[in-house]
Amino acid sequence: MTRTINILEEIDWLSVGLYLALVFFGWMNIFASSYNERYRSIFDLHQNYGDQFLWIMISFLAVFLLFLIDHRFFYFFTYPIYAFAVVLLLAVLVFGVEVHNSRSWLNIFGFRLQPSEFVKIAVALAIAHYLSGFDVKLMTWKSLAILAGIIGFPVILISLQPDFGTAMVFTCFILVLYREGLPGWIMGFSIFIAVLFLMTLLLSKVAVIIVLLSLAVLFIGLVNQKLSYSLFSALVMGGVFGLLKILSLVVPFKTGNYLLLLIAAGITAIVLVVMAQRKKIANAFFILLLLIAFIGFTFSVNYVFTRALKPHQQTRVNILLGKETDTRGVGYNLNQSKIAIGAGGFAGKGYLRGTQTKLDYVPEQSTDFIFCTVGEEWGFLGTMAVILLFAGLLIRLLYLAERQRSVFARLYGYGVVSILFFHVAINIAMTIGLFPVIGIPLPFFSYGGSSMLAFTLLLFIFIRLDAVRKIYLK
Amino acid sequence: MDLFAERKKVIVIMVLVVAFFLIVRLFYIQVIDNSYKLSAENNSKRIETIYAARGLIYDRNKQLLVYNQPAYDLMIAPFELKSFDSTALCELLDIDIKRLRSGIARVKIPKYRREPFIKQLSSETYAKLQEKLYKFPGFYVRSRTLRRYSREMAAHLMGYVGEVDEKIIAMNPYYVMGDYIGISGIEGYYEPFLRGEKGQKVLLVDVHGKVKGPYQGGRFDEDARVGKNFVCTIDSRLQGYGELLMKNYKGSIVAIEPSTGEILTLVSSPAYDPSLLVGRQRSVNYRKLETDTLEPLFNRALMANYPPGSTFKPVNALIGLQENVININTTFSCNLGFYAKGVSVGCHEHSSPLKLLQGIQNSCNSYYCNTLRRILEDPKYPSTTDAYNNWRNYVISFGFGTKLNSDFTNEIRGFVPPSSYYDRYYGEHGWSSLTVISLAIGQGELLMTPLQMANMTACIANRGKYFIPHIVRQIEGIDTLDRRFTTPHTVNIDTANFSIVVEGMYLAVNGGPGRTAGIAQLSNIAVCGKTGTAQNPQGTAHSVFIAFAPKDNPEIAISVYVEHGEWGASYAAPIASLMIEKYLTDSISPGRKWLETRMLSGNLLYAK
Ligand SMILES: [Zn+2]
Repeated sequence: MTRTINILEEIDWLSVGLYLALVFFGWMNIFASSYNERYRSIFDLHQNYGDQFLWIMISFLAVFLLFLIDHRFFYFFTYPIYAFAVVLLLAVLVFGVEVHNSRSWLNIFGFRLQPSEFVKIAVALAIAHYLSGFDVKLMTWKSLAILAGIIGFPVILISLQPDFGTAMVFTCFILVLYREGLPGWIMGFSIFIAVLFLMTLLLSKVAVIIVLLSLAVLFIGLVNQKLSYSLFSALVMGGVFGLLKILSLVVPFKTGNYLLLLIAAGITAIVLVVMAQRKKIANAFFILLLLIAFIGFTFSVNYVFTRALKPHQQTRVNILLGKETDTRGVGYNLNQSKIAIGAGGFAGKGYLRGTQTKLDYVPEQSTDFIFCTVGEEWGFLGTMAVILLFAGLLIRLLYLAERQRSVFARLYGYGVVSILFFHVAINIAMTIGLFPVIGIPLPFFSYGGSSMLAFTLLLFIFIRLDAVRKIYLK
Repeated sequence: MDLFAERKKVIVIMVLVVAFFLIVRLFYIQVIDNSYKLSAENNSKRIETIYAARGLIYDRNKQLLVYNQPAYDLMIAPFELKSFDSTALCELLDIDIKRLRSGIARVKIPKYRREPFIKQLSSETYAKLQEKLYKFPGFYVRSRTLRRYSREMAAHLMGYVGEVDEKIIAMNPYYVMGDYIGISGIEGYYEPFLRGEKGQKVLLVDVHGKVKGPYQGGRFDEDARVGKNFVCTIDSRLQGYGELLMKNYKGSIVAIEPSTGEILTLVSSPAYDPSLLVGRQRSVNYRKLETDTLEPLFNRALMANYPPGSTFKPVNALIGLQENVININTTFSCNLGFYAKGVSVGCHEHSSPLKLLQGIQNSCNSYYCNTLRRILEDPKYPSTTDAYNNWRNYVISFGFGTKLNSDFTNEIRGFVPPSSYYDRYYGEHGWSSLTVISLAIGQGELLMTPLQMANMTACIANRGKYFIPHIVRQIEGIDTLDRRFTTPHTVNIDTANFSIVVEGMYLAVNGGPGRTAGIAQLSNIAVCGKTGTAQNPQGTAHSVFIAFAPKDNPEIAISVYVEHGEWGASYAAPIASLMIEKYLTDSISPGRKWLETRMLSGNLLYAK
């Protein structure tokens, strides 16, 4: 008994409070999004909110059970848990129920479970366990290969369902690795590639190449710590481009700006290489290679997009990126989602007063687009409150992670933060058109038993570990 | 130990930066940009029009002439369509599967979504369909009203109702595509009263188009206001009798109550069944009527340019009297016509010379040629042109050569040539009274409508004044008629002169030997009349007759025009007298039944 009382005192009630606030507010919004004059009973199990209420209760029960289990269980059983998760993923591929063209669900005793939601916990535990090993160094080929395996294996299985949204979530673990020493440039580079990828699809070829060339010019000056190099190469490139442009107007041959820019860049590169030979600028060649690689990358993205994708896939991507505005077609979801959120205004229409979300204008409104209900009924005040609650929780969890004496607990804490951060940022960004629509839920908010239970377990395993931080050293 | 502890700060900053960007973007969408709020409004609102029933139309004796019947349009709500038994539906609607498919394909295009799939289902189809409609989700019925006529009568007068076109919509913002509008006759002229006011229901709809209830508690709902009921001046018994008499003739009857200008009857023959221009078959029927060589859609009473023939003679007599170029004792001789300086106008055989009254009674052409000549050569005027213009002003004051400004949309002016007309043909001073002598007997360039002739008759009956003929007697909720219908128009001719001409017209019907319209004589009613035989260069002359009765305190003034009827006395006069008898005594006396039979059994529809 005394131990239990101690634990109760050691639990971080601030995190628990933030969690409860999010769960309660989320459930209120699920109620609002499914609210209908005909079904007034709040606990009607045939309605989303009744069902969700049941899952909230199940989640609370699971939290209670978590605190009964010995705290060492999670460390020692990490790999069995991971193995079990992988088996579930295999099972779902064989016995799974197909919903919306993807085989992501298992039917267990009448409950529908989505194993991929729980796999995130297993992977977070496995990464923490492996990296907290006694003599493990992150930046060795062996470690990186094992980590790639831990993360990559479930990603492949989930991609087979296929559920690319959930698969993408696993890229979030790069944050854990960064915290543990992954060189900063790898994360910077990954983010840069992701941004470049989105840019290639969103912007015109010319705009992308201008951005790339400007970066290269800036880079050459920064790396050599001589801004005159930047100025010089910019002048050469601008001059060559200007000459070519004038020439193309006089001489009757037609060339687009894109080709002219490429030629100008090529001539500048030759000039720089020649100069590098004389002045021994060792990195000029390296920067040139990088530039060529990036331009090649944008080419290939363009190529894949225009040649490899079928037209309907192209439109889909275009609409996700907001390039097409067919309000009744594929882009309908996103457009309606923005309309619903925008309609909320500053203070919202009031609880249960939203029309857009209530009249089914926003599809998936209680699951992936639950944020729309917040936006419409609670307005900017509500959406800001939700974001601040999440940001508060994340920062609190980062604080908790940093106070761990156990490396395993700290790493797991970072895993929890990474997963929640990715989900919250991407889900909200997609409802307001800042990110392509990939169907991932908003933690603690979205309707769905599996995600409710999985996120609760994910969080409370960490709170459980945090509660024993004073006696837990492994 | 922990080499990378500083990186926690980087991660905290990342969280804060992302949160910041999301909040900024939300602030833009929710607070700054208003376009989303407007889209949301339009998203969930649907305005349903409630159509108003048109006002009913009654005759002067409160007999119901035009009323409404419910009509049902079958609509499709594309988002509510589910699979259904298409064969069963096709059978119910009596259409083939292709039509059903194309109808469904059509409503998938947003532009056509609100248009009916099948307009105006028959009531039998509707009854059958109504029971089974639940089996066909996505199909619903919208109810409107269509016109229905209690009697197959007065089609030209009532006009018809049709769908608005783009031109009307552009001119009048009240109407939207699919609305009905009165197009001619009473329906057209009194459209603003008859149509009522549309109402609307603003509904909250979900993304599937399913109605979820009233929008904002029905705050923007408006009830439709039923159109105003309309009492017209027509006596439907007389109208029906007139149409019956004219059934086999081309021409027209216009009867006016002289003391008010109310139109008792307005027949244009051949007519058509007004219910032909109602409902689904309207356009098909309209096209048929339009191409009919007998021109049933042509309203002869208002739109035919007829020469008045001898019925115009009383006007010349009146002008002559007023101008003092003749008096009651003036005599002119006639030797089977009027001959002067190479001009000859023939006349029929009668005693000669004649005084004025006998001139009217015998309808002597020579008498009026001489009269007109005296009018136009009157030395008190400096020139023939001045004398002519003076004569023309008298004529125009009877309502000729200009629209009467009645309550019809399609009235025409007729033609009384201005002196410049002759100047153009003969040169200034190149013409004389003899050039225009045929005006004396209502021929030449003179053209007028049956309505104008009836109005002239009413003016003579009133001894010099008339009220603009009109069709409106009373509009529900409106106390007084338009003032132009209650203000008398006077002719600048002395009442005494009218008495003389009226006497002549009395004699034309009731006089001794030489009277031209004895056929129109009634035993107990003093009918005054004047026959006309309007020369028609294309074929047989037209039979014309104007009359009013009784002689004192006249109750009816009438003009009858029977195309190719030759003599005024052969068709027009008998028909006019039957109409007068019917109106004033309610029946045709046994002694005149033979005349009625003769008129009913004749047929000049295809005469040339
Ligand atoms: Zn004569």
